Amino acid sequence: MVTGDWIDVGALVEIPLRGARTIKAANGEEIAIFRTAGNKLYALANRCPHKQGHLSQGIVHGEAVTCPLHNWRISLVTGEALGDDEGCVPTIPARVDAGRILVSRMAMMATLAA
Amino acid sequence: MLAPSSRERLVVIGNGMAGCRAVEEILARDADRYAVTIFGAEPYVNYNRIMLSPVLAGEKSFDDIVINTAEWYADNGIELVAGDPVIAVDRAERTVTSQSGRTVDYDRLLIATGSDPFIIPVPGKDLPGVISFRDMKDVDTMLAAAGQGGDAVVIGGGLLGLEAAHGLSLRGMKVTVIHLMPTLMERQLDEAAGWLLKTELESRGQTILTGADTAEIFGDGKVEGVRLKDGTEIPASLVVMAVGIRPSTALARKAGLAVGRGIQVDDHMVTSDPAVLAVGECVEHDGNVYGLVAPLWEMCRALADGLVAEPTGYRGSVTSTKLKVSGIDVFSAGDFSGGEGAEDIVLRDASRGVYKRVVLREDKVVGAVLYGDTADGGWYFDLLRKNEDVSEIRDVLIFGQAFAQGGGRADPKAAVAALSDDAEICGCNGVSKGQVVASIQGGACSLDAVRATCKASASCGSCTGLVETILALTLGDDVESGPRTICKCSSFTHDDVRREIVAQHMRSIPEVMQKLHWTTPDGCSSCRPALNYYLLCALPGDYVDDQQSRFVNERLHANIQKDGTYSVVPRMWGGLTNPRELRAIADVVEKYNAPMVKVTGGQRLDIFGIRKDDLPAVWADLNAAGMVSGHAYGKALRTVKTCVGSEWCRFGTQDSTGLGVRTEKMTWGSWMPHKFKIAVSGCPRNCAEATIKDFGIVCVDSGYELHVGGNGGIKVRATDFLCKVSTEQQALDYCGAFIQLYREEAWYLERTAPWIERVGIEHIRRRIVDDEVGREALTSRFLYSQSFSQEDPWAERAAGKDREQHAHLGEFRPLEILAAE
Repeated sequence: MVTGDWIDVGALVEIPLRGARTIKAANGEEIAIFRTAGNKLYALANRCPHKQGHLSQGIVHGEAVTCPLHNWRISLVTGEALGDDEGCVPTIPARVDAGRILVSRMAMMATLAA
Repeated sequence: MLAPSSRERLVVIGNGMAGCRAVEEILARDADRYAVTIFGAEPYVNYNRIMLSPVLAGEKSFDDIVINTAEWYADNGIELVAGDPVIAVDRAERTVTSQSGRTVDYDRLLIATGSDPFIIPVPGKDLPGVISFRDMKDVDTMLAAAGQGGDAVVIGGGLLGLEAAHGLSLRGMKVTVIHLMPTLMERQLDEAAGWLLKTELESRGQTILTGADTAEIFGDGKVEGVRLKDGTEIPASLVVMAVGIRPSTALARKAGLAVGRGIQVDDHMVTSDPAVLAVGECVEHDGNVYGLVAPLWEMCRALADGLVAEPTGYRGSVTSTKLKVSGIDVFSAGDFSGGEGAEDIVLRDASRGVYKRVVLREDKVVGAVLYGDTADGGWYFDLLRKNEDVSEIRDVLIFGQAFAQGGGRADPKAAVAALSDDAEICGCNGVSKGQVVASIQGGACSLDAVRATCKASASCGSCTGLVETILALTLGDDVESGPRTICKCSSFTHDDVRREIVAQHMRSIPEVMQKLHWTTPDGCSSCRPALNYYLLCALPGDYVDDQQSRFVNERLHANIQKDGTYSVVPRMWGGLTNPRELRAIADVVEKYNAPMVKVTGGQRLDIFGIRKDDLPAVWADLNAAGMVSGHAYGKALRTVKTCVGSEWCRFGTQDSTGLGVRTEKMTWGSWMPHKFKIAVSGCPRNCAEATIKDFGIVCVDSGYELHVGGNGGIKVRATDFLCKVSTEQQALDYCGAFIQLYREEAWYLERTAPWIERVGIEHIRRRIVDDEVGREALTSRFLYSQSFSQEDPWAERAAGKDREQHAHLGEFRPLEILAAE
């Protein structure tokens, strides 16, 4: 279902608390959608700015995720690497409405095409 | 130096915190001045009385709270007469006489008899089962009563009473607290904080009766209950009276010393007889008596200064209070009764259960009550004692030190650096910042060393973070990486956390974070996997594993590779395989287009390049050929490497292959602090390389040599020889015991090699080789835990468990969506 720019990609309960799920595009690129302990939702490109690790497989803590490959910590809010590391992943506007996950279509297209 | 026989004789009456502290202070100034004799009524060495509550609550053992061990007395030439109270002082003859009839001469006498619990004069107060809460004997009585279960009544809702009630409640008794006044801890807390405290305790299952006046304690031959003046009867098999304490002055009074509410002393702790001093809770100074620990440290300093150094003088103490009930943070200091000229600043945060109140008079802090968030208690107390003008920070005072001094962004290091030298760091042992710094400058370069030299952080541990900051500030980069905190989310070390999980019977990660004051809402990627493991180890079969606190490899039961695909390693018991397994592996490789298969160093096959969505299907195929997970991805038992042994090899002495298979069958599936590798070699030629494994068995003609703590890796370490055993069964039992010891004692992500270098191979030998009963207990705990862990995780996933972990939430096809518009 599409409402304006928002696409419904699934139900919130399908993502575990402090966990993530992925949306796959035809070209193989992925978007990771994170759900924090505080029930906030964030969508980021599923590749660490360091060595393209799958952020969706990292441990989610607070408003950040730790990349499974080399423990870079990435802010879910800004997509920027935290601490001493430098780098940034694209973020995509996402929100929850009536238990459904809505993601910005334009931003997702832009990210996947990049 | 004076020979001991020609020294002045100092006799100390009282082997408690005050008496021994005074002696320590004297020795620190002049170790050779006195020949010291200490009389104690209790049959123990000096212990930390304020830590009796944690002992009752099961968080500490008696050994943990000993301040001065028998060695301390011996090393300092102090004669300790324990379990034999002094009953008479002859000031004319300068002698004391003990209950057993022993008479000792003195040149100087120090009375440190402390206080006696106040017993309210109601009928039944002498019945068996009615006790106070003052010494180790009372704790033993309470523990024995709690062992029977049933009801307990605590009379007195002050600090001591509530700590007793908390301990008994944790020990399984149904506890009722009877308090005469309308709110709890009314001497330390205002009404609002008292109410919050009462609500919290009630939610923990205690019954709190305020405004309740005890009429009598009844029972036939032993206590059966308490009757209130309004007629209410409360059943009880144990009654703890904790209504207050009185200075213990009977002996001083009998000796003719000046006694008011306590033994009267001057600023140098000298009584009305210049040869007799007194210190601690038994004294009255300037009209005040104290029932808390902090004044004692200042008194002992003044006493020692007056006796053997430059007299400095004691000027009285302002006191603060903390309640030692885990998970409830209460702090109070100074005067908060209000009145004319007093201004209140109050902050309430109902959802966090926080209440803070600071009382000002003429722009100076005169009192503070904190409930729920007591982090700034020490700061307010410091402002109060220093009588500092706070008008410039008045607007932000209530938000705490970090905010008031750092413009909202806190630098905890700067805050500690700003503390003055006389700021108290360790409340349990009365250690100031200056003393911690002195101890560090004297060579104590690690937390343990500081604990050992000046005792800061050696009791309750709540100041550990402060001490570490002072270490870092004082030493810069020279600080030794001794026991580190588990991560930046906590001020507790791995050992602290493990101990508290067991002692407080914690059952979940959020509970640990709450009770141990985690500074982040849900931890980080360092502490969460560690806590998950510690709970799993402490509660075999009971703990529900938190998948979101596992590293990706353990969550997906495969090894993530740099391109985001996974590698899959099925178990090959002892490195053995057969045509059926090999065929299944070959089929999987072809079916899923795995680009590479590799023989691993652990004698098995690793299939590379499997996509996460294909993993369950791959596992189903491998399961069908009888193979299970090799846990090549886990902090767990990896492989048991073997050589061919006596079955084929002309040098083999024993069946090393068979023993390897049996070892792997026993140990597979167990989660550990880090990966764990085993090898069994059939002769000392050691083809299985057993001496660089976590546990290695080298077979010899007469039995089995057991080796521990080896690894390859960045820094190669050969094993330490543990012992030799004569049967296979013994080798298996010792292996199980060693693994369990490692599981229970090592820090998360610590391999056996650094663990053994840290604790010493002697420690391992004592626990595994010398202590037969302990070893058997370890083995059986391991086997018990294994009874829950030998489920193949691949089979569960292949059957559909956690399916969402392997599937995308959805696919994005922009053109179709565009078309739908």
